[in-house]
Order: sequence, then structure tokens, then C-alpha cells
Amino acid sequence: MELVYSTTVGVMVACSVFLMLRGHTFAIVMGLTLMSYAVNLFLFASGGLELHKPAILGETDNPTDPLPQALVLTAIVIGFAMTAFALILAIRARADLGNDQVDGRSTPTDNLASKDKEPRERPKTGKNAGGKSK
Amino acid sequence: MHLAALPVLLPFFAAVFVLFPCFNDRLPLQRLLTQAFLLALVFIATVTLHVTLRDGPIAYAMGDWQAPFGIFLLADSMSAFMVLLTAVLALITHLYACAGEDTTGRYFHPLFLFQLMGLNGAFLTADAFNLFVFFEILLIASYSLLVHGGGRERTRAAQHYVLYNLIGSAFFLIALAVLYHAFGTLSIPDMAARAATLPEESLPLAEAGGMLLMLVFGIKAALLPLHFWLPRTYASTSIPVAALFAVMTKVGLYSLWRIHGVVYAEGNGELGGLGMNLLSILSALTVVAGTLGVLSAESLRRLIAHLVIVSAGTLLMTVAMGTTEAVAAGLYYTLHSTLMAGAFFLVAGLIILQRGQAEDRFVRSRPLLVPKLTGLLFAVAAMALIGLPPFSGFVGKVFIMQAALDSGDAWWVWPLILISGLAALIALSRAGSTLFWRTQGSVLPEVRERLRRLHFVSASLLCLMTVALVLAAGPITEWSMRAAQDLHDGITIEQMNGGRP
Repeated sequence: MELVYSTTVGVMVACSVFLMLRGHTFAIVMGLTLMSYAVNLFLFASGGLELHKPAILGETDNPTDPLPQALVLTAIVIGFAMTAFALILAIRARADLGNDQVDGRSTPTDNLASKDKEPRERPKTGKNAGGKSK
Repeated sequence: MHLAALPVLLPFFAAVFVLFPCFNDRLPLQRLLTQAFLLALVFIATVTLHVTLRDGPIAYAMGDWQAPFGIFLLADSMSAFMVLLTAVLALITHLYACAGEDTTGRYFHPLFLFQLMGLNGAFLTADAFNLFVFFEILLIASYSLLVHGGGRERTRAAQHYVLYNLIGSAFFLIALAVLYHAFGTLSIPDMAARAATLPEESLPLAEAGGMLLMLVFGIKAALLPLHFWLPRTYASTSIPVAALFAVMTKVGLYSLWRIHGVVYAEGNGELGGLGMNLLSILSALTVVAGTLGVLSAESLRRLIAHLVIVSAGTLLMTVAMGTTEAVAAGLYYTLHSTLMAGAFFLVAGLIILQRGQAEDRFVRSRPLLVPKLTGLLFAVAAMALIGLPPFSGFVGKVFIMQAALDSGDAWWVWPLILISGLAALIALSRAGSTLFWRTQGSVLPEVRERLRRLHFVSASLLCLMTVALVLAAGPITEWSMRAAQDLHDGITIEQMNGGRP
């Protein structure tokens, strides 16, 4: 149980770190989402992992800790709002800066993204650059 | 006693009130209302400080649940000082924003108030998880304020700032999970009480959690390898927002005081002084990096942003020293450096308004319309931040150096403070002579319309704070000693539950 749980969290964090190190905002937002899932699972486990135990006093001799559940709920709500904001900002940056690179450079810096297909972002600046390239 | 909750609730309800549809297209009314609310906030903060200095800390149980199970707000003189500082800074920077900066986009005033709610909440909370919640509130308001008005440079800076802080928040949650498992509680006074007698197997977890928290607070407080978000963010956002953001780095600093200064205080057994050696090295390097940035900055706003980093490093050194005297000196220096960085941003705004396209870059440009008053304000803010007598920076730096002498850290603190001051003096005199004397052509015609009297009134008010800090230096240092002592002593669970009917 503990092994499966911790492996899941670890793999998710590893994937999210990989995604967050990419140069495109979309990949980073995906990475952040994955990271917040992993963190929520981790937070959930902080009260100790117990199977088939209610979080109510008096039902059993050894109830699970209800506090991490409340913490996770709060963290989910906040993470959701923050991801939404990051996405809106990424779209805004795509419009303002003319591409989706995090540092706003016009040439793609992410080799993984541009290896197998034509780079979608032409090195143009200005708001109407996207319309012309089509 | 509901006094501890008011600084959080008032900005919240004020922001909701200003969002009512009947105020939507009536900017003058919004400005007036927000100013009134901010004045009320300054009043409440003053009363809170007075009461906490007279009667000791106020613990406020939300929902009236008993400690350590309930979630508490805790107003001691330390947090009351920070709330008052935030309120004063907000009042004056908002006054500056009312002169025209709030017309570049909608909802400036509600966002400003939500930002204050988050800041005050972070200063007043006695619960580590609520600290996270209020951090998120102040961050999401700051994201919106940062991009307010729009523009390429602002969007780019905001993208970095937002993504970086989101990663920081994830680390915060990991740290809280680890700490909850180690301590079995997230109430800060309860954690402090349990820290000395933690069972052997929980110690590594408590240490890991503490170091993770230091990382998170280091991001906020602009500690060396984590500070790279700061210059671009501060230099690209609008002037009143940059001035308000001067208090943002202090949130991280305050949290370090609150958690590492109490839970991980010296004398708490194995956990005492956790990470303080690392912090002293990194804070010293922060000062060095900030000083290099000050010397190499190409525009006034970047220069001030790097000065903010220098002052953040200086303050983090007081955290690393760890004595009560150092915390008291740090508190005085916090008041000074926050207000003066804010004032300097407002002065930079005056200069940008008058110079047209050259903005605040150090290049030859048109002369200013009001060179004398602008120059005077520039000189006052610059001398205060450098630490020249007779202004508050001098007093603050002397206190920190005295505290360093008492705690035996003088050998590394003194040279850093003195050399960073000298570098700031060189950089600022070069900046001033370029901005004010290297001129060509004539005054821009449209400057006369853009420049309002309110701009000068607000900038002068904030610059005058340095004089106020010097004149009241005696009582303020006495109170800050009390505040540091309050912070050090903490509050027991019995005290939190006591005094209730």
C-alpha cells in the first residue's frame, strides 16, 4: 500500500518536473497541474494511510485523521483557481508576445517540440502575426 | 475582542463593496471609497498596535473553536507593526494611483483591497495552513495587479512571476504535509510548544519540513538563488503597484521570523537554529548580488528593485543572527526600507511622467518640468535608502550593526552593510546626475497635463515618513524591542484559550 502510493506520487512529481522544465507555457501548465495532483495525494497521506476506517470519533477505536482531508479540499480549490489563472495568462502572453515561449523569444528553444514537425510559431512579432502565417 | 480579525475582514468587505455594480463606471466614487476604507484600516491598525503594546497579544478564535483545534488569528505587537506598515504604505500608494494610474484598466481598487486582505491575513494568522491560504490570496491579487494596464513587458514578467510562484506554492504544501505528519498540528504556537519534545523518529521530517519552508519563504523574501523574479517584476509593473510590492518581500521575511524564529528557535532541542548557517551565507550573498545589480542597473526602476534585494538580504542577515536585538533592529529596518523603497518608486514615477520616451533610463533626455521638488524628493529617498544621516536608513543600519556586534556576527555583517551602502551611494549619485543634469531640448508640452498635484503630494508624504521614523526613533525602537520579545516568548495554548468567556 505505502509502496504503491509513494511510487505514484514520485512518478507524478518526476513527470511534472520534466514538463515544467520545457520552454512552452502549455507544457509548464500541464506540469503544474500534475504537480498539484501529486501534492494533493502527498498531503492526503500526511495523516497516515489507513484503510476502511471512518474519519469520525466513536465509530471505531482508531479513526483516521480528518484534518488532511480538509487540507486537501482547500488545496484542490486553490490549485484549481491558480491553474485557471495561469492558463488565461498563457493565452494572453501568446497574444501579446506572439508565441508561447516562457521567455518570449521568437525562435523556439524547445528542441523536443520542434523536432518532428514544423515550428508553429514563426519568428514574427505583433498581434496579427498568427493570422498571416496561416 | 474582534480587533485581530478586523484588518482582514475590512479590506475583504470593502473590496466586495467597491465591486457593487452601482460603482462600476464611477471612478471618482471608487477612489473616494477606497481612500476612506484605507484610512479606516490605518486607524484600526494603530489601535491594534496600541492595544497589543499595552495588553499583550490578542488571540482570536475563528468560529470559537478551542486551541489547538480551532484556527486562530493572533495579533501581537509584531504583527500589529506589520499591519500598520502595510496600511500606511497602501494609503499613500493608493493616493498616487488615484492621480491617473488606475484608469489604465478596470477593477484596480477592488484588487488593491484584496491584496491588502491577503497581506494582513498573512501577518495575523497563527496557523501554518492559513498562512498558505493567505499567501495564495495575496499572490492571486498580486498577479492581477501586476498585469494591470497590460503591455508586452508586463505580460512577460507576470508569466515568470506567476509560474514561479505556483511552483513555490506546491512546495509550500509539501512542506505543510511533512510538518503536519511530524508535529501532528499546524497551529504555530502549538508547534513551538511541541518542538522541544519531539520524538526521535519525527526529527528528520521536522527538519526537512523546516528547510522546505525556508525555501518557500526564500522565494518570497528574495533570497539569493531564488530572487531572479524580482527585478523584472518590479521594473515592469505600474508605479503604485511596484511601490505596494515593496512590502511583499517582507511577507517572506516575517514568515521566517514567525516560524523559524519561534518553532525552530535556539533552545528547542535538536531543531534549534535549523538552517541558520545556510541562511547567513545565502543572505550575505544576496547582499552581494543585489549590490552588483545596483551598480549595473540601466534604469531607475531596476536600480530600486536591486536596492530592494539589498535590503532583503540585510534583513535576512538579521534573521540569521537570531537574537532578540537583531529581530528588533530588523523590524525597524523593515519599516524604513519598505516605506523608502515605496517612496523611491513613486519618485521614479514622477521622473517617468516628466521625461517622455526616455522614461527612467539613464540616458540624455529632456529636462524635467519641476526639477527642484523632484530632485529634492529623489535626494531624500536616495539618502534614506543609502543610509546617510540624518535619515532613517542611517538609524536602521546602526541598530543592525549594534545587534551584530552583540551577537558576535560583526565580522561578516559590518563589511557587507557598509560596502553595499557605498555602492548604492555611487550608483545613485551617477543616476541622479544623469536624470537631472544631462539634459537636452525643452520640456515636453504634454507633461503639464499628465502631471498632477496629487502625484507630488503622495510622493512627498511617503518621503516624509523617513523623517517621521527618525523623529520617533526612540519610541519605535523601544516598541520594536517589545515586539521582538513578544515574538520570542510566543503564546501558550492556555493563553490562547484564556480571556474567553
